[in-house]
Amino acid sequence: MDENTILINGNRLTIQPEETILEVARRNGIDIPTLCHLKGAIATGACRICVVEVEKARSLMPACTTPAQPGMVVHTESPEVVSSRRMTLELLLSSGNHNCAVRKSDTGSFTAFQLEVQKYDNADELCPVWGDCELQDLAYRYQVSGEAFESTPPKYPMETVNPFIVRDFSRCILCGRCVQACNDIQVNNAISFGYRGSEAKIVAGGDRALKDSDCVFCGECIQACPVGALVEKDARYACRPWETRKVRTTCSYCGVGCQLTLHVKDNKVMKVTGTEDALPNNGSLCVKGRFGYSFIHSPERLSTPMIKENGAFREAGWEEALNLVAKRFTEIRDAHGGDAMGVLTSARVTNEDNYVAQKFTRGVLKTNNIDHCARL
Amino acid sequence: MTNTIADIEEADVILVTGSNTTENHPVISSFVKRAITRRGAKLLLVDPRRIKLAEFSDKWLRPNLGTDVAWLNGLMHVIIKEDLFDKTFVETRTEGFEALKATVEKFTPEHVSEITGIPAKDIVEAARLYAGAKAASILYCMGITQHTTGTDNVKSLANLAMLCGNLGIRGGGVNPLRGQNNVQGACDMGGLPNVFSGYQPVNDPGAISTMEKAWGVKGLSDKPGLAVTEMVPKAHAGELKAMYIIGENPLVSDPDLNHAEDSFAHLDFLVVQDIFMTETAKTADVVLPSCCFAEKDGTFSNTERRVQRVRKAVEPPGGVWEDWRITAEIASRMGVDMRADSSESVFAEIASVTPSYRGITWDRIDRDGLHWPCPAPDHPGTPILHAEAFPIGKGKFFAIEYIPPAESTDEEYPLYMTTGRLLYHYHTGSMTRKVDGLNERSPESFVEISKADAEKYALKDGERVKVASRRGEIEVVLRVSDKAVDGTVFIPFHFAEAAANRLTNAALDPVSKIPEFKVCAVRISKAA
Repeated sequence: MDENTILINGNRLTIQPEETILEVARRNGIDIPTLCHLKGAIATGACRICVVEVEKARSLMPACTTPAQPGMVVHTESPEVVSSRRMTLELLLSSGNHNCAVRKSDTGSFTAFQLEVQKYDNADELCPVWGDCELQDLAYRYQVSGEAFESTPPKYPMETVNPFIVRDFSRCILCGRCVQACNDIQVNNAISFGYRGSEAKIVAGGDRALKDSDCVFCGECIQACPVGALVEKDARYACRPWETRKVRTTCSYCGVGCQLTLHVKDNKVMKVTGTEDALPNNGSLCVKGRFGYSFIHSPERLSTPMIKENGAFREAGWEEALNLVAKRFTEIRDAHGGDAMGVLTSARVTNEDNYVAQKFTRGVLKTNNIDHCARL
Repeated sequence: MTNTIADIEEADVILVTGSNTTENHPVISSFVKRAITRRGAKLLLVDPRRIKLAEFSDKWLRPNLGTDVAWLNGLMHVIIKEDLFDKTFVETRTEGFEALKATVEKFTPEHVSEITGIPAKDIVEAARLYAGAKAASILYCMGITQHTTGTDNVKSLANLAMLCGNLGIRGGGVNPLRGQNNVQGACDMGGLPNVFSGYQPVNDPGAISTMEKAWGVKGLSDKPGLAVTEMVPKAHAGELKAMYIIGENPLVSDPDLNHAEDSFAHLDFLVVQDIFMTETAKTADVVLPSCCFAEKDGTFSNTERRVQRVRKAVEPPGGVWEDWRITAEIASRMGVDMRADSSESVFAEIASVTPSYRGITWDRIDRDGLHWPCPAPDHPGTPILHAEAFPIGKGKFFAIEYIPPAESTDEEYPLYMTTGRLLYHYHTGSMTRKVDGLNERSPESFVEISKADAEKYALKDGERVKVASRRGEIEVVLRVSDKAVDGTVFIPFHFAEAAANRLTNAALDPVSKIPEFKVCAVRISKAA
């Protein structure tokens, strides 16, 4: 056998130095499911969903942390692997409020369960991330109903006391992706694992509310969460993924130029996420980029031109307003020269807007008196 | 930025100065923090305030306000004296070293310590730290530029980077972090008084003829125009009669606001084009509404010179137009047809007259943006500048003397004040202050003061105080904080109702015309 290859599901694949089994598989389009694995962070091997069978190994190995060794023979969906994944999923689904109707058709028990969940949720819908949940996807993929074990009720109440993030401990599977997002990716070091065993909980500082902790509400944790444990407060139950159109654009706040995805429903931006795998931000955002979008639909937005008369504004039509501006600009330019006029273009508007503004200043007003607030 | 954002993670030492990165550029701050925690890079922080990044720093210097040239010359003094500079780079890529050496000669650590308040041994250690790095990146922001010596400060950073051969390499560079989404693009597009798009001088006959031909006009002025900070006094003097302001709010962002308001009132005619009725729009004769970023197609150029797409996601209220379309409509009513089919066709015109954008099309940046200069359709863009040579050939060292700030404290105004931004707000707040959640986190302005100063002036945390400078007075809440250094207070400038800029000094850097927002003298007393 070649020194630099392994066999995955019968495919001979070249390995690169320090690659894990997961990385070799993904690079070659072989899908190994993961839950706790977060791109860009250090793999922990905590959730055991990515286990694979390695011939001659004594037990199943987590693909995310196991280095690919030359000559390895790996099976990613063998009966033993599938059985292990099903057990892991059963255990995850049995703890907390996973009301995504992956359960079997025992109407009575589901109804009772759903009613309990609704009390906790203070809502009458299925899980807020139904259809956008990696645990749900895996439950379907491996046909796991979550009824093999008696379900355990949530241990901690939901936290809703900040304006941006709902922390729903009933749906947390303790995968640790949020902890990695906070500590390894954004390096805000606001949250960590707290308590032990069945009391385990993701805590902020000494188990405080996020608003009283070091949290800066970048929301990286929401984007990292594979389930419904961390959800944008304003988007929770307001939109489902299939209802929204996704539009990629560039953030309109600071000069970093983060790539954003706007989730649009009924001509309204419902939520914002960082565009994954796109430079410069690799999916990361800050509080303004992720949560500072409601100004778009503010009732204070201007929608019609205004002309001031006797010290007060009145609404005007576009023709009237544009004609007035053109007339006054022409008069002032012709009477006092172009240098009696000044234009401030903007560090907020597009290149196209800025280009036309300077073209207008120079070509029509005939002055170079144009600037913007780069200095301010 | 000479280098890219991603490149920060390649640095061995990162010098951050005059940038409260975690609040003003949070996503870039993560690149800095990851370089430190995951790659073992070292952070040299130079900032008077105990900002969040201080927790991550190996070395933190707290200079007196406005003494940047002094500590930078001090670092270079040590680096030259201890023979730690990159001789090959200095010899082959630069000129003017001898003059620099002569000037920094007198900036001994002891002398620098007297000016800056930084202990002499910290100057020496910081110099060794920076010079000892294989690749060292410099990140700076308005704490460097918003001084009457802003240009000198930036040139001094460039001197330091060249001295240690930190230009044109991965993980190196002199990297200004630009504060607004398209401040880079506004400059690139010629939104400046002295240049057309692509920084082509307005008095260059070749550029004038290119533009006249492309625009179908004649008689472009070859006289450089006025900067915003010069327009205001001209308006006050009655020489500037009319202004057209697009998406800016100078009546919160300008220095010495009381004077600025008075100046704007002298205008015969003011047009403001904006998405909100800003403080500036309220004073206008005509207000024209326009689209916000989510309602239009176009491009922004970010701080690393990456030209990226902006895409329309929703319809604007009342069917208003993009800014450029409104401007073009005014132009056509003044006899010049500037209308275009689409934003994309405007971009095509930009590329045709702007050498650094010539190779960029919307198709090419559909997925990933391109870094200018990108002079040809097959050019891959330029992520790192100055790899082989500088545009002027050799890099020029500037021998720079230290000049103190324009204003100093006295008995009447005994405290220094500096201004800046907060995580939860943006510039004049016209957008972020419409967002409930952000207001909940950061509801009002405040003055940040050290515990010792609060005790000295018998002021209590949380009480309302009056802050006055030689130009104006505002009322804010007092916040005692260990971020503040004794003798200096900080006020964010986002809040129009307690505008920090009523206090700031309009003294300008003679070259860049930037006002000295970062230093003025104030006094604080209990509110009545």
